[in-house]
Amino acid sequence: MAVKVIKPGLSTTVQDLGRPGYYHIGIPLSGGMDRLALKAANLLVGNKEGAAVLEAVFMGPELQFTDDATVAVTGAELPPKVNGEARETWTSFKVKKGQTLSFDFLKKGARAYIAISGGIDVPVVLGSRSTYTLGALGGFKGRKLEAGDKLPVGKGRGAKEGRSIPEKLRRAPGMPAELRMLPGLYWHRITAEAGKHFFTDTWKVAPEADRIGYRFRGGRPLEFVPREQPFGAGSDPSNIVDACYPYGSIQVPGGTEPIVLHRDAVSGGGYFMVGTVISADMDLIGQLQPHTPARFVEVTMAQALKARRDQAKLYDKLKASL
Amino acid sequence: MKTRYSYGGDEHIFVECDEEMSLEAFFKSLSMTAAVKKARIKGVTEICPANASMQVKFDPDVIKPSDMLKELKAIEKAAAKAKPVIKSRIIEIPVLYNDPWTHETLMRFRERHQDPKSTDIEYTARINNLDGVDGFIKAHSGAPWFVSMVGFVAGLPFLYQMVDRKRQIQSPKYLRPRTDTPKLTVGHGGCFGCIYSVRGAGGYQMFGITPVPIYDPNQKIKHLKEFMCLFRPGDIVKWKPIGREEYDATVAAVEKGKFNLKMKDVTFDLGEFKKDMDGYNAKLMGALNGR
Repeated sequence: MAVKVIKPGLSTTVQDLGRPGYYHIGIPLSGGMDRLALKAANLLVGNKEGAAVLEAVFMGPELQFTDDATVAVTGAELPPKVNGEARETWTSFKVKKGQTLSFDFLKKGARAYIAISGGIDVPVVLGSRSTYTLGALGGFKGRKLEAGDKLPVGKGRGAKEGRSIPEKLRRAPGMPAELRMLPGLYWHRITAEAGKHFFTDTWKVAPEADRIGYRFRGGRPLEFVPREQPFGAGSDPSNIVDACYPYGSIQVPGGTEPIVLHRDAVSGGGYFMVGTVISADMDLIGQLQPHTPARFVEVTMAQALKARRDQAKLYDKLKASL
Repeated sequence: MKTRYSYGGDEHIFVECDEEMSLEAFFKSLSMTAAVKKARIKGVTEICPANASMQVKFDPDVIKPSDMLKELKAIEKAAAKAKPVIKSRIIEIPVLYNDPWTHETLMRFRERHQDPKSTDIEYTARINNLDGVDGFIKAHSGAPWFVSMVGFVAGLPFLYQMVDRKRQIQSPKYLRPRTDTPKLTVGHGGCFGCIYSVRGAGGYQMFGITPVPIYDPNQKIKHLKEFMCLFRPGDIVKWKPIGREEYDATVAAVEKGKFNLKMKDVTFDLGEFKKDMDGYNAKLMGALNGR
């Protein structure tokens, strides 16, 4: 079974739950930016939760099927169509041999997850099928899809059509989006005043927002606590001796525009960080469109762990609903 | 040197060995990394050493962040007693300094540089009081460099020269990062050298290019068949200045699968090194050249 790419969409890549274990040599986790949506799509079509799917950004691809399959589209509201006929998101449906899956315009969110029964069967590289575009690694030939590509799909019976996830279990960012973060890392580099307005200011997602990181702008610049720069750090007050960057860490080059690193994170560098977005809110970032207003919300470790448990419970409910 | 711990969200702990860069801080980061690996703590998914810090990623469903922190603090105490001796590899990397490709690129981004009227080498030579391009090449390739961190992007080594602090080459990063850097550019920012493993954005000064690939996701290149990234933290790099002819010949040899990377296993002892840096480096060169 294969799927032929008629139109690739804007940036459609093969992703699963990622490639842990190689961050120390600069190979990031990769994998779906919205992991909950990715897992939901797989469960809907009868795959294992971590099977490889397609992650489509802002715009869907056009795909022709060489065999019958069950399909589900989750995450962003990117309405699917089979031979031009509308289908529901977050709901399994059948695509027959020779039929074409295409998409209407994006209504909400940023990234849709397209699961096909059997899973996308590209080779496993370092334990994962995820695409790491910057390193031309994994996925389909290490890159985003192009017209004419033939995607191999694994064998799978496929769940029946019409399985659906209730609306209340489809997590999406609010408006403005609230990203909970734990201050730390190099938080001490900014003044108390700057620390206050970092949380009170409303930021907006900048156009430079991708799998590596999301940039935000519009808040007041952060003022630094004066110091003599340590040897090897570089002259700018926002510079540090190059260090590791946690996933979700918020660096602010020059103190102006925060960047939250995501699944294809650069693993380290020389910019100070004010803290880290908590694991429970990482999925939300993947659904933010440019210009979306967003706020950073300070939490404690106890609150971060509670949010993580809530996210796990949500997933349990989602599984139970099927 | 005071160790500082910080949570990086609920999945990471960041350990700063020192605020400033030094070989001591780097060795502390390496020994912490080794000790954490050896401890095989359940729930740990990534252990990443950096220049003067290190980071652990873990699953908080398996180990509570506060317990992880306790484990790391206990390990720090044990690691402090470890002798600063490591098993390392010394690797010779040929460099064509002042090559046409980085030259073309640096000219294209000249308005983003501190000194639009000189090249990156001329500028760095001048601010480090080195005798022009030749003096720079001598200083840059004269003493070996430690791989003090691998990352940013896949397989990219950060390098720290094994000389006294007063002889360290220092240069600022570009005023605004370039949107392009040729693959295998030999760069420099702050006190760190690097080799760009892939083509892409970058802010480091550009000095030259190496014909030796250091990252191959397809694992076709002879010295990258075993693993796709060449460098590991703790490796030692010796630059070998080459001319255009040798550069072209090496590129051709790599393509034909006939290039043999010059690499030797060595033991590095920080105490011995500090007693006589130049003498110790000469011994390392001897090991590399089979003397």
